[in-house]
Amino acid sequence: MKLSLGPIPYYWPRERVMDFYKAIETAPVDIVYLGETVCSKRRELRAADWLELADRLSESGKTVVMSTLALMEAESERLALERLVNNGRYMIEANDATGLGLSMGKPFVAGPHINTYNAGTLKELADVGAVRWVMPVELSRDILAAMHAARPEGLETEVWGFGRLPLAFSARCFTARARNLPKDSCELACIDYPGGLSMSTQDGKGFLTINGIELQSADPCNLIEAVPELLDMGVEVLRISPEPEGTEQVIQAFRDCVEGTRSSAQAMEQIRDLYPRFSNGYWKGEAGMNWQESLSA
Amino acid sequence: MNPQRMELVCPAGGLPALRTAVDHGADAVYLSLRGETNARNFPGLNFDRKALAKGIAYAHGKGTKVYMALNTYPQPDIWKAATEAVDAAAAEGVDAVILADLGLMRHAADNHPDLTLHLSVQGSATTAEALNFYHDRYGVRRAVLPRVLSLSQVAQVIERTKVDIEVFGFGSLCVMVEGRCMLSSYATGDSPNTKGACSPAHSVRWIETERGREARLNGVLIDTFREGESAGYPVICKGRYHVGDGQDTVYAIEEPTSLSTLDILPDLMKAGVKAIKLEGRQRSPAYVGKATQVMRQALDAVHANPDNYKPKPEWAEQLAGMSEGRTQTLGALHRAWQ
Repeated sequence: MKLSLGPIPYYWPRERVMDFYKAIETAPVDIVYLGETVCSKRRELRAADWLELADRLSESGKTVVMSTLALMEAESERLALERLVNNGRYMIEANDATGLGLSMGKPFVAGPHINTYNAGTLKELADVGAVRWVMPVELSRDILAAMHAARPEGLETEVWGFGRLPLAFSARCFTARARNLPKDSCELACIDYPGGLSMSTQDGKGFLTINGIELQSADPCNLIEAVPELLDMGVEVLRISPEPEGTEQVIQAFRDCVEGTRSSAQAMEQIRDLYPRFSNGYWKGEAGMNWQESLSA
Repeated sequence: MNPQRMELVCPAGGLPALRTAVDHGADAVYLSLRGETNARNFPGLNFDRKALAKGIAYAHGKGTKVYMALNTYPQPDIWKAATEAVDAAAAEGVDAVILADLGLMRHAADNHPDLTLHLSVQGSATTAEALNFYHDRYGVRRAVLPRVLSLSQVAQVIERTKVDIEVFGFGSLCVMVEGRCMLSSYATGDSPNTKGACSPAHSVRWIETERGREARLNGVLIDTFREGESAGYPVICKGRYHVGDGQDTVYAIEEPTSLSTLDILPDLMKAGVKAIKLEGRQRSPAYVGKATQVMRQALDAVHANPDNYKPKPEWAEQLAGMSEGRTQTLGALHRAWQ
């Protein structure tokens, strides 16, 4: 099973992005997804910068995939996507039907924001050129097992293994709203929140994370205990989504676990203290926010 | 249809609502079979096969079209039920099925080539390229746009797509891109995509406390209502929360409000919108009748004289009386809302 690193969901200053990927050059991940998936106004890095980063990571032995916006609204976004699809060097991860339409006939990854809930849809995606699908985060291991077993030949399966869950997208920017700014003059406020802005319930419990037009879970999903099951199933790729802190430790823990140099329980100890709480409810077919250890027991 | 006429598409959660929508001037009604194959999977709602046949007969008898929504994303365990629902729709003679799932579209296109396909709002298509993908591959003729585009963006999409466009005209407002929201399953396990349910009733608890009346969703505190405050149904996006380190309790996502396009109907028509949809298959027949009647009058006025259209105050009043939170918005159609 390969490990992938998802696109950075947050808006980080250019230097921070560069430093982050400098470290990733030597980190034990096989596939790196690059680019902006949340908001087209986040332009610390331009398209050319991303491609340059892609070249560098590619030279260090990583397979690079260029990710695309989950919500397309403006004409300019469509034009940018068209250029990206035709970059000539790297496969793209389509995250909406615009991407599907533009990628038709080219190999691509059907990202986590493409609604893929049954084998009929897997076949459709493979027919238009998908070489890999990423399971929607709200699906369970039972659904995964059924779909993975029924997938068309040559279509790889990727599962969201670690990171805050992308739960919803909107026309509205919730970060701008929190700052009392209109979206069109948002002052790029997201840059002040490298891990998003926490949203908690009135009784003080962390619930969601505001990240521009996206809402994420408060707690990262953590499937490290499910690694043996994922290996048994023959899932090809396990994804880790970047967080501002601890991503390299998470990658190492998952790598050790996948290679069998540490058990799931031992690997869990390597990352337990990075976050106050995790979630794995979706995997078990429950409310996504639930967290129960000893999955495989 | 005359391109200068917008079709009025009204919700029918059951036969009584269907009849009242037809009687009050709907050009088309949309409905669903019972079960997890549609995005309004609520107890006591929707049609069985027998009621469907009756409904179609009633609507067609009065020249009204019937569309069937099959707009969840069926997982392997209900795949068979979902394809059977498509087959039933074709057999009963509905005028179109409203789908979101790629696999189901393939099933419909291959097995029922004469069945008209509409792309559901749950299909999350926001660009001409996305719409044309569905058109070219499955023959989709009409699409319902997610409530995320501004009016000028809607017009741009219409200019470049081969698919007719339907937009929501009145009713509850999803602030999220439809088909892209898992907030409900994150808290409860059930979402519109997976179970056709948002904030399912079996997860809702009302608890009286000293601080007020708490609305909890599977234990998550969505809001606390003080005495005298009107307490809306607890959906996550309309709750009050703390943001960051702030101690204020705020509508961090969206105030309880309804969408109403009454004021901009001529603009929608000029942009090339072909149909106006009323939300609310979960609503009572009385609600459906009233909303249909008001929108019928408004659309007739627009069609008769788009340049001098002025919504009558009583229309706005009647719709306002039925609105969630008693306030209304143009939503994303008005850029400043975003």
